[in-house]
Amino acid sequence: MQFFSETKIDFISKRTIAFIISGTIILIGIISLIINNGPKYSIDFLGGTLLELDFTPVDANAESIKIQDIRDVLNKYGYLGAEIQEFGNPNYILVRIKGSKIVGKQVIDILQKEFPKYTKKNMNEFLRRQEEVGPRIGEELRGKAIKAILIAMLGIIIYIWWRFELSFGIAAVIALFHDVFITIGIFSIFGREISLPVIAALLTIVGYSLNDTIVVFDRIREDLKIYRRDKFKSVINHSINETLSRTVITSLTTFVVVLSLFLFGGSVIHNFALALLIGIIVGTYSSIFVASPVLVEYYERSGKKSTLIKR
Amino acid sequence: MKKSKWRTFLIIAVVLVTIYYLLPLMFTRDTVVCNIEIYDQSDSLLKSITGEEYRVGSKKYGDKIDEMLAKTKTNEFLEIRTIIPADVLADVKVSPEKLQQMQTVKINVKNLKSEVTLPSWFSHKTLKLGLDLQGGMHLVMEVDTSELPKKDAEYAVKSALEIIRNRIDQFGVSEPNIQLIGDNRILVQLPGLHDPKRAKNLIGKTALLEFKLVAKSDDIKKAIENLDQYFQENYSKYAFLQEVKEGEEAAVESSLLEDVKDENIEKEKVENENIEQKKEDESKKSEEEIEQKEENQHSKVFSSLLASSQNELIVENENLPVINKIIKLPELDKILPEGIQILLGKANLEDPYGPRPIFFLYKNTELTGKYLKTADVSIGQGMDPRTANKPYVSLEFNNEGAEIFARVTEKNVKERLAIVLDNVVHSAPVINQRIAGGRAQITGNFTMKEAKDLAIVLRAGKLPAPVEIIEERTIGPSLGSDSIKAGFISAIVGLIIVILFMMVYYKAAGFIADIALVFNMVIILAVLTMFRATLTMPGIAGIILTIGMSVDANVLIFARIREELKKKRGIRSAIDNGYKRAIITILDANITTLITAVVLYQFGTGPIRGFAVTLSIGIIASMFTAILLTRAIFDAFILNKQRKTLSI
Repeated sequence: MQFFSETKIDFISKRTIAFIISGTIILIGIISLIINNGPKYSIDFLGGTLLELDFTPVDANAESIKIQDIRDVLNKYGYLGAEIQEFGNPNYILVRIKGSKIVGKQVIDILQKEFPKYTKKNMNEFLRRQEEVGPRIGEELRGKAIKAILIAMLGIIIYIWWRFELSFGIAAVIALFHDVFITIGIFSIFGREISLPVIAALLTIVGYSLNDTIVVFDRIREDLKIYRRDKFKSVINHSINETLSRTVITSLTTFVVVLSLFLFGGSVIHNFALALLIGIIVGTYSSIFVASPVLVEYYERSGKKSTLIKR
Repeated sequence: MKKSKWRTFLIIAVVLVTIYYLLPLMFTRDTVVCNIEIYDQSDSLLKSITGEEYRVGSKKYGDKIDEMLAKTKTNEFLEIRTIIPADVLADVKVSPEKLQQMQTVKINVKNLKSEVTLPSWFSHKTLKLGLDLQGGMHLVMEVDTSELPKKDAEYAVKSALEIIRNRIDQFGVSEPNIQLIGDNRILVQLPGLHDPKRAKNLIGKTALLEFKLVAKSDDIKKAIENLDQYFQENYSKYAFLQEVKEGEEAAVESSLLEDVKDENIEKEKVENENIEQKKEDESKKSEEEIEQKEENQHSKVFSSLLASSQNELIVENENLPVINKIIKLPELDKILPEGIQILLGKANLEDPYGPRPIFFLYKNTELTGKYLKTADVSIGQGMDPRTANKPYVSLEFNNEGAEIFARVTEKNVKERLAIVLDNVVHSAPVINQRIAGGRAQITGNFTMKEAKDLAIVLRAGKLPAPVEIIEERTIGPSLGSDSIKAGFISAIVGLIIVILFMMVYYKAAGFIADIALVFNMVIILAVLTMFRATLTMPGIAGIILTIGMSVDANVLIFARIREELKKKRGIRSAIDNGYKRAIITILDANITTLITAVVLYQFGTGPIRGFAVTLSIGIIASMFTAILLTRAIFDAFILNKQRKTLSI
């Protein structure tokens, strides 16, 4: 079985269209980020309290609790900014209160007092998850996350510089920023939170997309030696086509397992899996339509020749 | 050929190591020794079954508990709500309606015994689950050292760490992780915790160092008599008393009275025994007498919990749960003689399941840590064999403290002064003479480590800086087990789809890649066990991602082999060239992914590190399985038969 046999698609000539599409998506993301005052950070980065509570009614025939009722009670006690939502099951309620004070214990006490019909006596079953982060830790983590992504990028540039040449490294990193920006943008558009696991997902996307890009680059390096007399552009086209089958298959297998994680992995891992799903699609796209075309663009504009050809 | 010999050797080695670490994980642990506590709807204890050897599968306590016990690890606390079979609760006086309701059951597995015992040289390591999978509490605390000079700051953080460790040890959580992170932060991880509120209160409490006098023998005797009498009269009120194995009172009594040498008591005891003997002879004569006998049977409930060792009262580990409950009874004050309290001594760090000393003290606090200036370890000088070259702890009080100390020691020569920290007695030396000048020594047969610990604990009593909780993550056990299930299902679904896809797309070659893929999963688990790494939910995500990414190496190789085959090369050279060309690409691609994984590890905390770890192991293992292992299979395939076609 084979999906693609000997394709001869001219990817490079379509690079302007690709650049426009990418640019537009990134722009929409940036606009969304500006409107929403930056990314929607989770309590990991802002500080605050997150509670996942099991409001399964004690009486099995009773109706599930109404979110509005919980909101009213919390408002009554002065927790005005609380975000309350269902979490994977109508009885599982997620309460998020951002801010500098750690209030988890008080909120649990209030809810247990006000909703005796839903809150079981047994604390262990009522409280599924409690996360409280002081604002200072949040700030530090934000700094650390940005630093981590930058360090990873730097490491990658250096490695590719060593194995290929500097322009390849820069082209790869441009593609990676492209992937990260689009993922953050889409998260902002859909109002999803950037939490610690999402940062982990972003770094994984970086690794994954790079994997794809390097496979193409590797082929380019090989083909530049074989087809010395051909135009740079056509060699690259040739390399992308040769690796196309592999790129699609690997993306497919990875996509399928992450989809499985997204669908069955439970609510805790949901945002993480979503970021990976977006990242795999965008990363596959960028290794074909961004990384290599950026290389072509660079060599055509500068009029230089790749040092890899001479070797 | 030499190369392939090495390859075979390496593959066999990896298989053996994997078996060594994973085989023990696969054997179900058939017998457990556990403590089970059963509570009713309103959280009051119905029955507690301590230290019972229980065979999983006998369904003695109902299916649900059986299922939980089968999964439980040593020293893990579990709590479930279920219906307990009536015969288990038979001797608990509850109404039939109540029995039909759901009860809360807390289980603490103390020991696991495998029926199928592997040779002892097999690995005994188990796969550690992260807090997010087994439930538990993660705390980060910050010691506020902003108002301290730099030199003191470091010391303040260390003391705080000791205090916290001390308290958690008292709390009795198994396998806690307490460590310093950065300059002034303390990380506390308590797995399998079932009362986060209480734990947090305990950790946040201020440390209290107190000096109290140990009660005189007569008072101790009186206290024990009072307790015995009270529990005899109110035996039915306390369900947990049924766990007490009675009949060891003789040993306790005699040891306790050794220094008093009260012959009367000895006589009394003999008489008592005689009466019992007679009773037994005449037993079953009338109902009345049986009742009387029953009363007498419980006459030494409390004292049978105690034992003695080197003139000190101790409590064996198996009796600790009952003693702890008794000490916490709110009515205890009324039972004990006026002004007496009971405290436990420090648990022995080297023998956590050994006995613990128990002390009867006068409630009145003679001196507190408020007056302590410093505590240090010194080595004894001079010729005295009792102190020379032996470490001791020296204390220094401030002026006010020195005055009080002098007064107290003068009044109580030959008595024992207990050093109590957070309600645990750390030592109780005998006062030899009046001590003036505010300096005191705690001598004893200390090892250097013990003496240091004691000094730290003493200093720790005087917490030099406030401690604040800045991060807390608590995962309930229900969410943890949901996550395990979810992770398992998504891994299996992903794995099956990828396996089928590879077989459809690459036929026989795909099947070979599938073998490599499954082997890769097994290696990840073995390596995690080997390095005692923790498996977290993001860790499971890392394994799942590896499923997708590790076939990539084979996809690359197979794509190359197909290309070579198109060039009308022979099978052997197509495979040779396919591998040779793909390996460079695989290395480049995987090394860059490893770079990001390493950065992720550096940056991440707890769960995220778990992801970086499994992803890294997965990548490295995939290079082994997808390149070496598949190549070996291919070679074996070609070597045996002269094949003209390759199913790829």
